[in-house]
Amino acid sequence: MSETYDRGAVEDFGRWREFKPGMWAWIFHKFTGWVLVGYLFTHIAVLSTATGGDVLYTNTLQGLEELLVVRVLEVGLLSVAVFHILNGVRLLFVDLGFGLENQDKSFYASLVVTAAIVVASVPTFLSGV
Amino acid sequence: MSTQIEQEQAEEQAEADAAAETEESHQERRLSEKKARAEAREREEQAREEVREAEDTVEIKVFRYDPEVEGKDEPRFDDFHVPFFKGMTVLDALMYARDHYDSSLTFRHSCRQAVCGSDALFVNGQQRLGCKTQMADLEGPVRIEPLPHQDVVKDLVVDMEHFYEQMHAVEPYFQPDELPEGELEEQRQSPENREKVKMSTRCIWCGACMSSCNIAAGDNEYLGPAAINKAYRFAMDEREGEIKKEDRLEIIEQEHGVWRCQTQFSCTEVCPKDIPLTEHIQELKREAVKSNLKFW
Ligand code: HEM
Ligand code: SF4
Ligand code: FES
Repeated sequence: MSETYDRGAVEDFGRWREFKPGMWAWIFHKFTGWVLVGYLFTHIAVLSTATGGDVLYTNTLQGLEELLVVRVLEVGLLSVAVFHILNGVRLLFVDLGFGLENQDKSFYASLVVTAAIVVASVPTFLSGV
Repeated sequence: MSTQIEQEQAEEQAEADAAAETEESHQERRLSEKKARAEAREREEQAREEVREAEDTVEIKVFRYDPEVEGKDEPRFDDFHVPFFKGMTVLDALMYARDHYDSSLTFRHSCRQAVCGSDALFVNGQQRLGCKTQMADLEGPVRIEPLPHQDVVKDLVVDMEHFYEQMHAVEPYFQPDELPEGELEEQRQSPENREKVKMSTRCIWCGACMSSCNIAAGDNEYLGPAAINKAYRFAMDEREGEIKKEDRLEIIEQEHGVWRCQTQFSCTEVCPKDIPLTEHIQELKREAVKSNLKFW
């Protein structure tokens, strides 16, 4: 057979504009899942300051909460977690064979609910403790 | 009939002449080549006229690549302007371009009615059947490319060998545990069971689903949506029996089987026969789990 030609990356992420809801749901789910894993490490790091005594732990937390970046990041964490959970429930239904014809709508619903919860949480997070 | 006799005579003539290959035959060849070129020019001229006269024209941008011809071995896009008519499909537009502008434009097609599965193409960023896609539904200029994730052989023709291998890997044919007594006895299927497998039987082996699948692109051994759907078609057919069903489940739950599917729904979106592929894959996952639990 004749030599063939591989078009390489043209057909991969460069085509993101053409991605369908199911594909976006998958990308977001992977992304949020790994962000949560990343958070787990920082979470453990912060919690383990408790081994240095009550005062150190309280000071560490207060010090972090005083930083605006940290509070903005917390909003990010919340959105990532909420989306992952809602879409995770969507995927559970997909695994059980329920509502597969509406998988795109349930993805949009996950996005909308995530946005609503995140927006509602902004005042609480940004006002600080 | 008469043409055939003439042809025979012509062949005899040719044989006789072959012995004495003369200037004359060279001249004949040159003349016929000249004639062919003139005809091609005429066709193109006619096309341009038709384009000028048509109320509506469409522009297609077609992927071109031919590894065997120097100067064409770098992929590029060719633009063609085609007169539009009501009901024109992407395949119609391609055929017009081939017949009027460039006879070397290569693509597969046969039935022109979404039955043979030859003309799955990547049209405006999605896998579609050329003959089942209306030009009127697409935004111009319409980009026509060969199926992604398959090797391009020439222009819009891709190598389907691997896709067919995956299809064959699931043994896509009826294998009942036992045959009925009498030789002429029918193997009847209940209407309910027929209804259950109905959609899965509609596959035309076009390969659009496999090409759309991100997982299949990254894992060459993944059976892919079409093959799993084929397995579904037989595993769910009650006439085959329990023993064969176990065999089939074993095939589909191997390392590169159903568990690779990450429910991205790309295949279901593109299947021109509207087969609920993801649904079938998910159901086979559950069947596989159930049958494994049974053995515990
Ligand atoms: C109620 C909470 C959660 C639910 C309902 C949930 C649900 C799911 C589901 C259903 C999947 C599979 C997706 C698929 O089929 O492709 C998944 C994947 C994943 N989850 Fe979660 N999850 C939750 C919490 C978490 C947390 C807290 C983490 C991080 C520590 C996490 C990290 C991940 C990762 C990294 C993946 C991707 C795994 C892969 O690459 O296949 N999830 N989640
Ligand atoms: S399942 Fe659909 S998209 Fe896939 S090969 Fe069959 S007809 Fe084509
Ligand atoms: S030409 Fe047969 S499916 Fe399109």
